[in-house]
Amino acid sequence: MNLRDAIVNLYRKAATSLPADVESALRSAYKKEEPRSRYILSVLLENIRIARKTGRPLCQDTGVPVFFVKMPACEVQLDLRNTIIEATRIATREIPLRANAVDVITEKNSGDNTGTGFPIIYFGETKRGRLVIDLMLKGAGSENVSRVYSLPHAGLKAERNFEGVRRCVLDAVYKAQGKGCPPYIIGVGVGAARDQVSRLSKEQLLRSLKDRNKNEIISKLEEKIMHDCNKLGIGPLGLCGKTTAIGVKVGVNHRHPASYFVDVSMGCWAERRARLVW
Amino acid sequence: MRQNPNFKKQNPKTKKDKIKRLAVPLTGDDVLSLHAGDMVLISGKIVTGRDKIHKFLCHGKRSGEEIPFDLEGTVLYHCGPIVKKTGKGFEIVAAGPTTSMRVEMYEHLVIPKYGLRGVMGKGGMGEQTLEALKRNLCVYLHTIGGAAAYLAERVIRVIDVWKLGEFGSADAMWLLEVFDFPAIVTMDAHGKSLHEFVETKTGREFKKLLR
Repeated sequence: MNLRDAIVNLYRKAATSLPADVESALRSAYKKEEPRSRYILSVLLENIRIARKTGRPLCQDTGVPVFFVKMPACEVQLDLRNTIIEATRIATREIPLRANAVDVITEKNSGDNTGTGFPIIYFGETKRGRLVIDLMLKGAGSENVSRVYSLPHAGLKAERNFEGVRRCVLDAVYKAQGKGCPPYIIGVGVGAARDQVSRLSKEQLLRSLKDRNKNEIISKLEEKIMHDCNKLGIGPLGLCGKTTAIGVKVGVNHRHPASYFVDVSMGCWAERRARLVW
Repeated sequence: MRQNPNFKKQNPKTKKDKIKRLAVPLTGDDVLSLHAGDMVLISGKIVTGRDKIHKFLCHGKRSGEEIPFDLEGTVLYHCGPIVKKTGKGFEIVAAGPTTSMRVEMYEHLVIPKYGLRGVMGKGGMGEQTLEALKRNLCVYLHTIGGAAAYLAERVIRVIDVWKLGEFGSADAMWLLEVFDFPAIVTMDAHGKSLHEFVETKTGREFKKLLR
């Protein structure tokens, strides 16, 4: 198999098969929910099973494909970019994915999920000899309720500290209510610049729900925020319940003395991500 | 008309006695019998429409240009499906709901104009729509966000499509026949909104957590 076809398969895996850690988090939520949210979760679990069995996408919004690529040093980015674009066209036609790339000037849909800055590809390098491609299919419902904050924030009484970060996340989740398909998986990025924290928070969504942050302070913060999100009571699809979030992952960068940006990337329950090591 | 190959004639796994069955087209009395919190299974002909269709119906329609389907009593489903063209017609591959709030500024105009009895999507809608539901005896149905493979199996067949060439597959208006399509009534014609209730309730918790 060539790399292009391997990327087509990566698309297929991401679109049709939910990662095991996410499915198992939904399954444990199902066990402790109330009747209505239990019913909703039972449909979600059944949907996961059907999508995997039939090879049809879990959600009709197959989202914006976001690639996080780590290349062995010295390989050519341009070639890989072209291969990804070619694979995107094939995956759109064959799986099929929904065509989601719309030209902002003409309002025309390109029909194949490619266009200016579409799919999104972030390149990085690795010292290891193998290419690592992480793909996330990010739905618009949850992306639309994501937010960026600049601290301090008077309305939220959020200062420039982790308590302030907690307040931002709770605000984002409260405002999102059921619009982004909860239970949510929440990525948080803290740092010096808006563009950087937005990318950082999205990158957190690649982490397994089962991993523990290596930094003890941040690990505790993640647990605290997740606990508080679930106290809100928004529940599956926003129709009340105990499970509002099944994962909170925080990433931090150094900040400027005068800036403290917090980005909250909301991920829907159907967190479609897959990895290819080549 | 060819049956959707993904259609499965099986009922959702749940206690049937708690679930009301609705046959579309709905009457005003059907709508009045529904209350926020009711779980329902919908069967009959429904249409899809999201951002482009709503905008077009309110601002873009040229005179004499009309929807070729009878929408009286039907349900307008906020959905941009994945549809595959096959030799014999169209196959619904994935058909979950999209966020309804995006069409809040249009829906209160569309409901009375076309005699809709139901609007279906996810995430709920705002005050203008709630008021229009009450005034026109219509109901908001919340279906299962993200469960697109499952919901595609509740579609018996694609009957017709409008504006496919102009708007593309996800934004076209699809006339679908569905069977036992699951939803929860979250905004009723009596002025009650489960979303308002959840927002108020979670708002109290939110304040406590920020104390």
